[in-house]
Amino acid sequence: MALVEIKNLHKSFGSNHVLRGIDFTVEQREVVCVIGPSGSGKSTLLRCVNLLEKPQQGQVIVRGEDLTDPDCHLDAARQQIGMVFQQFNLFPHLSALGNCTVAQRTVLKRSQEEANRIARANLERVGLSDKIDAYPAQLSGGQQQRVAIARALSMDPALMLFDEPTSALDPELVGDVLTVMRKLALDGMTMLVVTHEMAFAREVADRVVFMDGGVIVEQGPPAELIGDPKEERTRTFLRRVLDPTHVEPTS
Amino acid sequence: MSTSPQSTTETTVERKGLSPRRRAQRSRWIQYAILVVVVLVAVFTADWGQIGSVFFKPEFIKSAFEAGLLTALVKTLEYTAGAFVIGLVGGTILALMKLSPVGPYRWLATAYIEFFRGLPAIVVFIAFSLLPLAFEGMTIPWDPYGVVWLALGIVASAYMAEVIRAGIQAVPKGQVEAARSLGMPAGLAMRKIVLPQAFRIVLPPLTNDLILLVKDSSLVFIIGVAANGYELTGFGRDLANTDANLTPLVVAGFCYLVITLPLGLLVRRLEAKTARTR
Repeated sequence: MALVEIKNLHKSFGSNHVLRGIDFTVEQREVVCVIGPSGSGKSTLLRCVNLLEKPQQGQVIVRGEDLTDPDCHLDAARQQIGMVFQQFNLFPHLSALGNCTVAQRTVLKRSQEEANRIARANLERVGLSDKIDAYPAQLSGGQQQRVAIARALSMDPALMLFDEPTSALDPELVGDVLTVMRKLALDGMTMLVVTHEMAFAREVADRVVFMDGGVIVEQGPPAELIGDPKEERTRTFLRRVLDPTHVEPTS
Repeated sequence: MSTSPQSTTETTVERKGLSPRRRAQRSRWIQYAILVVVVLVAVFTADWGQIGSVFFKPEFIKSAFEAGLLTALVKTLEYTAGAFVIGLVGGTILALMKLSPVGPYRWLATAYIEFFRGLPAIVVFIAFSLLPLAFEGMTIPWDPYGVVWLALGIVASAYMAEVIRAGIQAVPKGQVEAARSLGMPAGLAMRKIVLPQAFRIVLPPLTNDLILLVKDSSLVFIIGVAANGYELTGFGRDLANTDANLTPLVVAGFCYLVITLPLGLLVRRLEAKTARTR
């Protein structure tokens, strides 16, 4: 059974129809990268998977549980879906350790010792064991994003969502975060990643999904989709992304 | 390079009147001159001996301390502190009501805030002074603290509610999203993530409210507390009446500054600190 199953998903913001019927699945231990031009609905799709955005139509089924059911225990379901945001969204009033323990303590009701132990292990996993007591304001963007990954991992999620995790980073800090994500993928974590990092998608993803205009245009293994796309829209997008200086402006 | 005949670098532009710099200079001299004249008039016309003996008579300053100035200062602090706690708790509840998805809660909170914010505090105090007459046998516990804290707290909570609401709304939306994505229910996210940040944001304006509260505690005399319940204003007024001299009131007034000036300093420090961390 697929870990995530999305059926005929529609989402509008006012008159703006952002998602126009999305069907797709993510299997256990699969790494799926979602690419596409801005405004194509890829972030919205990701935010629908843990229902931060409420779709108007369609179903989001995670581990057999329909999150779009109004009587779904959404908070319980979200515990198993880790999310990493473009803007990190670390809690500024808590230290790195506090960021990684607050939900463990209050939601999972773990003891302080256990929560600390798990948080330390995850901060070490992202290479920040020396920043345990630092506050977000004292950390670089790359470090903050890695704390955010550790925070999500501390809840022992079955699935990790990444919403353009490197888009807000200075170029020289992108590598640190991508390295952590690559390690995570190698460890067998199921990951759904919205990204503009084509090299990462090509190297780490099991499958790449290209979205445009609120629909999935094309999907497949990275070598096929990035190396030899079938659809004209995909080709145009990839040309612009991979070789931006040799493309004439369209308008 | 082009030597066009239009090049007019030789001619100088003639302008009439003083240059702006000279005009500013002259205006400043005039301002200083006015100041000097006013000070001289004050120095030579005022009866300094009389003023000194009415406002700053040393033996009355001494007797003010002996009559229990410090007790009155402590009372002012006690009245203010209790009212601040009520205002803070009430204000937080009202702010949460105002942001509630439940319509009637929002309406109630809005009505309360608009009513007590628009009302002079003195009206609330007069109402409280009349309560025992209107409802016979009615008593508010911890006399006189209970009634003072309640009257001041009711007004303070209306002010603070708006400040706290603004603080809650100033916390970025991503904070709630991050908390909810970790599985926190809305109430827990509010308590653990949003409110701690909101209070940090509103610390400077809340301290300002505290300063206002210190001064509003002077309205206690309207309620008519016993002499041993006098705070600074009541104490100063009473003693000034007895002595037929303004010195006790001036001394009491200085005591307010002893409280409010450090608080004002604290606000500026906090504001500077928030400005740095943003």
